[in-house]
Amino acid sequence: MTTKEKGTVMDEAQIKRALARISHEILERNRGAENLVIIGVRKRGDSLAKRIKDYIKKVESIDIPLGVLDITLYRDDFTTIDYKPIVGKTEIPFDVTEKIVILIDDVLYTGRTVRAALDAIIDFGRPKEIQLAVLVDRGHRELPIRPDYIGKNVPTAEDELVEVKVKEVDGEDRVILRYCIDDEKNEH
Amino acid sequence: MEITRKDLLGIEDISMEEIETFLTTAESLKEISERAIKKVPYLRGKTVANLFFEPSTRTLASFSLAEKRLSADSFNLSSSSSSVLKGETLLDTVRNLEAMKVDFVVIRHSMSGAPHFIAKRLTASVINAGDGTHEHPTQALLDLLSLKEKFGSLKGKKIVIVGDIMHSRVARSNIWGLKKMGAEVSVCGPPTLIPYKIEKMGVKVYYDLNEAIEDKDVIYVLRIQKERQTGGLLPSLREYIELYGITPEKLKKAKKDVIIMHPGPINRGVELDPRVADGKHSIILGQVTNGVAVRMAVLYLLSGGKSGDVS
Repeated sequence: MTTKEKGTVMDEAQIKRALARISHEILERNRGAENLVIIGVRKRGDSLAKRIKDYIKKVESIDIPLGVLDITLYRDDFTTIDYKPIVGKTEIPFDVTEKIVILIDDVLYTGRTVRAALDAIIDFGRPKEIQLAVLVDRGHRELPIRPDYIGKNVPTAEDELVEVKVKEVDGEDRVILRYCIDDEKNEH
Repeated sequence: MEITRKDLLGIEDISMEEIETFLTTAESLKEISERAIKKVPYLRGKTVANLFFEPSTRTLASFSLAEKRLSADSFNLSSSSSSVLKGETLLDTVRNLEAMKVDFVVIRHSMSGAPHFIAKRLTASVINAGDGTHEHPTQALLDLLSLKEKFGSLKGKKIVIVGDIMHSRVARSNIWGLKKMGAEVSVCGPPTLIPYKIEKMGVKVYYDLNEAIEDKDVIYVLRIQKERQTGGLLPSLREYIELYGITPEKLKKAKKDVIIMHPGPINRGVELDPRVADGKHSIILGQVTNGVAVRMAVLYLLSGGKSGDVS
């Protein structure tokens, strides 16, 4: 599937402000950081999670434990996708039982990744609560999943794609809206 | 790099890049065995048959746990309690299993080439858990993982394999694997237990243990396989222990931080003195832990999972 860039939805400054706001919202809603842990979904969600953890440390001098989750082994779409994803390391160096887990991912779309992440986290223990923070919500949910903290709502069409680039992985911070090119038409 | 093969039959015919893929995947899967709930749903609904025609503790337990931790359904068949005793052929046995729709066959057999024979005739994925004196690929992979954890890169590292090389599938698979990863490999043992012209595999041959271990980073110790020797190859066990048994005294001639490895089971007091087996140079139990992770990685990658660089 080839895609072309339609435009930038969030630039570096907008991403920075959104993450700062989400960080404050997390602390506001939970009245501080007691009992909080942060888990980022690999890949890119974990980079955003680290930034939120660092921001909270800088602003409120609180050190929230950070974990990284790879959900490859919990996906439900192996038979429908035409590629098999890469499995990376999961590192959750703390007990999640009785904790409020802030789950962080870059884009929320059908909700299946979050479903897989929920299954994975519950295999690690019994959290008190799981709250979801996403940088972009592009709509089109296929499961009853909703975010608690949103960077930006980006309504999209089915044939569009939201691509998040982060400095840690891609060398730049940018959220891009892409659209699919009809390959068949181009070949004629 | 993607693994596209159906079976894992040996190290001889897989590439260095494929070995790297198996190892990096195993590294990612290792933490599953550290969790309170040691299970992920990846192979849910898949069926694995463990066909062990020779005894095994480690390999069978390791494969069984790897299968169950990936949520597969697995069962064991051993020749001593199956219709093999009634004269059923290997081919009939696996054809019957295929008729029951198994997805994987993990096979250990006393005849070299048995896994290759059935792999050609089954649509299921076949994993060689040790065939005769030929290969034991998952053992080599777990050994390579253990060495990767210790050294990072194996380029230029010196490893000597000591013992009954002649009858050892572990030695063969490890020679292939270590050489592909750039290590310098030697073998050491009594002349009766070193195969003729093994230098052709690119290894140096020693008959004197003291000379062999002097400058090595790793001493890989093999078990004396009493069950495979037809007789007359060793004058006595006591002579073997005297000349080739690894003891703390003999280790004084080796490097201070030398690593001791053994595929198990150990004949304590024969090829390995108990003080060495349980001592600070030994990473033997670490090898066993890696065995589960490596076998999970093999099952994952043969069933279509991907790992490695996104290029």
